[in-house]
Amino acid sequence: MTPDTTLQLTDYLFYFFALLAILSGGVVVFSRNIVHSAFSLMFTLFAVAGLYVLLNADFLAVTQILVYVGGILVLILFGVMLTNKIVDVQIKTGNIHILPASIITAIIAGTLCGVFTLTDWFVVPDAGAPVAKSTASHIGEALITNYVLPFEVASVVLLVAMIGAAMIARREKKK
Amino acid sequence: MHVTLTHYLIASAILFSFGLFAVMARRNAIMVLMGIELILNSANINFIAFAHYGGMHLDGQMAAIFVIILAACEAAVALAIVLNIYQQFNTVNVDEVDTLKD
Repeated sequence: MTPDTTLQLTDYLFYFFALLAILSGGVVVFSRNIVHSAFSLMFTLFAVAGLYVLLNADFLAVTQILVYVGGILVLILFGVMLTNKIVDVQIKTGNIHILPASIITAIIAGTLCGVFTLTDWFVVPDAGAPVAKSTASHIGEALITNYVLPFEVASVVLLVAMIGAAMIARREKKK
Repeated sequence: MHVTLTHYLIASAILFSFGLFAVMARRNAIMVLMGIELILNSANINFIAFAHYGGMHLDGQMAAIFVIILAACEAAVALAIVLNIYQQFNTVNVDEVDTLKD
């Protein structure tokens, strides 16, 4: 690690993405309008993908954008549109037992931050430097060698989830 | 201040807390789902940050890939359940769906 204390471009990018993720995450959680929450979730997911890029996980960043923004977010928006009467004011959602939830959340957040800052993590000496090398080919190699069993199980799980979701969401036939 | 492992961990801890609050306090079932997505994302940041700074590149990234796969399955099944609840009860507020209690 270089001893100079000037900020580098990656540092600024980290602060930008982290701030964007946390701010839009806050909008997701505290917004009264569920459509605003869903769109704000998109910015959170993009910012998290940016953090992945800074951590040398380019393939995962692209996967994050494809699967989360392209798939899960669209599903969530469909869920919002199908379960809320858009014309009514129904789209606003409230909170339940805020006080105990806030207390528990604050306790857990404080504990996590304390543990994260106080622990002396094992860090490889030159780990901070970004490596200009794509991970896609290595991940593909690992998927068909060391991780072939989880890979196949994941495909079965996806098939089961697809069939199950279609079965559950289907309208019951009126007898 | 140079960015270290701790910065990433703190960011993911804050995201995790937001997700946890959404799961516990929001009434709408879809908001609860979004909270779960936030929690899974913060876990993924931790996986990849530890893999990057701990010098074991691919193992952490593989775990994150499988988390993303399971998150996709979870979102599909959960939204199917939410749609079914909406057909049955005409609401998706989790505190009003309490037929089992009576």
